[in-house]
Amino acid sequence: MISIQGKGVSTGVAVGPLYFYRRAKSEITRAAVSDTEAEWARFKAAQEKAIAELNALAEKARAEAGDEAEMLFETHAMMVEDMDYEEAIEAGIKESALNAEAAVSDAGEMQAAAFSAMDDDYFRARAADVKDISARLIGILSGAVEGGIDSDVPVVLASDDLAPSETVQLDKSKILGFVTSGGSGSSHTAILARTMGIPAIIGVGDKLKAEYEGREVAIDGGTGAVVIEPDEATRAQMIAKRTELLKRQALLNELKGKPNETKDGQRIRVYCNIGSPEDVHAVLENDGGGIGLFRSEFLYLECDDYPTEDYQFEAYKKVLSDMGDKEVVIRTLDIGADKQIGYFNLPKEENPALGNRALRICLNRPEIFKTQLRALYRASAYGHLCIMFPMVTSVWEVREAKKLIEVVKKELTAEGIPYAEDVQVGIMIETPAAAVISDRLAREVDFFSCGTNDLTQYTLACDRQNNDLGRFFNPHHPAVIRLLKMVCDNAHKNGIWVGICGELGADLELTETFLSIGIDELSVSPRSVLPLRRKIRETDVRAVREKCIADLMSDEYRL
Amino acid sequence: MKSFEYTITDPVGIHARPAGILVKEVKGFAGSTVTIQKGEKSVNALKLMALMQMGIKQGDTVTVSVEGGDEEAVCAALESFFKANL
Repeated sequence: MISIQGKGVSTGVAVGPLYFYRRAKSEITRAAVSDTEAEWARFKAAQEKAIAELNALAEKARAEAGDEAEMLFETHAMMVEDMDYEEAIEAGIKESALNAEAAVSDAGEMQAAAFSAMDDDYFRARAADVKDISARLIGILSGAVEGGIDSDVPVVLASDDLAPSETVQLDKSKILGFVTSGGSGSSHTAILARTMGIPAIIGVGDKLKAEYEGREVAIDGGTGAVVIEPDEATRAQMIAKRTELLKRQALLNELKGKPNETKDGQRIRVYCNIGSPEDVHAVLENDGGGIGLFRSEFLYLECDDYPTEDYQFEAYKKVLSDMGDKEVVIRTLDIGADKQIGYFNLPKEENPALGNRALRICLNRPEIFKTQLRALYRASAYGHLCIMFPMVTSVWEVREAKKLIEVVKKELTAEGIPYAEDVQVGIMIETPAAAVISDRLAREVDFFSCGTNDLTQYTLACDRQNNDLGRFFNPHHPAVIRLLKMVCDNAHKNGIWVGICGELGADLELTETFLSIGIDELSVSPRSVLPLRRKIRETDVRAVREKCIADLMSDEYRL
Repeated sequence: MKSFEYTITDPVGIHARPAGILVKEVKGFAGSTVTIQKGEKSVNALKLMALMQMGIKQGDTVTVSVEGGDEEAVCAALESFFKANL
């Protein structure tokens, strides 16, 4: 097994034999011509043919790879008759008496050099376009054979860097993926691989040796890994990842952009849980409607000391602006219990799950809390922010936290720092106490989000990290589901919305129940968005509501 | 001669795609010569490669001049073209 690291530029996984691209011979013969007019006519005929070929390729690309690729070949067709390019070729033939091949080659080199000298990565990569059209013209002039794949089985195609016309002329049914020694993320191999949904890895350099030809190779376009002759475990792992990716792709094709709407027209918001600003990418990729839980702990965990207001502000601002006008629920600091941070110097506790944690720490140490709230409100000017407090048990806690918010807002106003006026403030419902008094709490806040992991643990008095308690830790327990219904009813009676941001939100066995009791939002991991959307779209709430609600109270329900 | 100034908002600048569309557009104004100027460099808008080699980026301000033909109409058409594509 030989592992090589390149740069993944198109996601996907492929396993198959490695095959080196056979390139048509591109060496040209130089000769002096005596009848320059006839040579010029020969060029003009080749030019006409090249344009026809490129327009045909544009057609083919439109069918196979979309508008972007189509436009690429249309641009190539225009480049073939570019005024400066053509003038240089004309001068080569008519003034220097060069044969057409040599004149095209020289003009192409000159234009390519001009692009290569530019200081922008995108424009530098256009040198490949000029070389590509020149190679096409020369091919037509000298009657060269086309390069390609001479293999009966699909292969992982290796090359230095494929020209766009080469990529599009390839027989797609024979290609599992691309590996190139050179190239950039803006190269055509990368762009076309992405539009065609084939994995591609570039920049592996000379580590990819010709002797590997024909050996089995596994490539992962997400990580940039190229493994020659993978061992059984690696192979199995790559194939499993491939299956998973294909499944997700099929889901995306089916469901991207579709509303989370049941057959009878009931809508529910499907948002995502994330733990760092980098996760926003996965949210958008999976078509999440917003962020229902952004755990702010990472900011504290990645620092050796309390993160400053500016540091936090930048992170929140990034997520908010990356998400545009979509809602982003940021949960204030939730440490303690299973998440400990050294510099907080929290004394060791007998019972950390019932101890000094989350909002309790924040209220006990308001200076830390205020820093976070200031950062959040400053960031609120850059997007659609909702703030959520974790681990609430009493009304006074919420009031105290809100008082601090008022202080922060006053300070910012006095300092002339802008913030959004419409920031929603909500709480997590993750203790039985909060669930039971949710009718009171609902009057204090704009929304609820049920943290079902802790709610289950506290309701069932059952440690979720204790493996011996597996069969006792049952998030489907009627006590938990009844509490959720109660919270939901109390929220709606007071005109606020209610979501679920625990693992349970993605549990498809409960989707019908959640829809029946009227949950407004489910926040799940990005990869759960589409499976959940499919389940929602398959549900007819009218048909199941009565039964779902009756079940909750029935003698037989999941006892 | 008629001209207008325009500041590029497209994140990649005048890259292959809009340059191609621009050349096509300009080809339609047979009687007019269209020049794109950035700083001291200027280029005939029919020259696709030269246009791309100007390396016009987001935030750059260019002057688009029209000479000959129905200058007013061509200028107006190009101005709306720039707004829509660049």
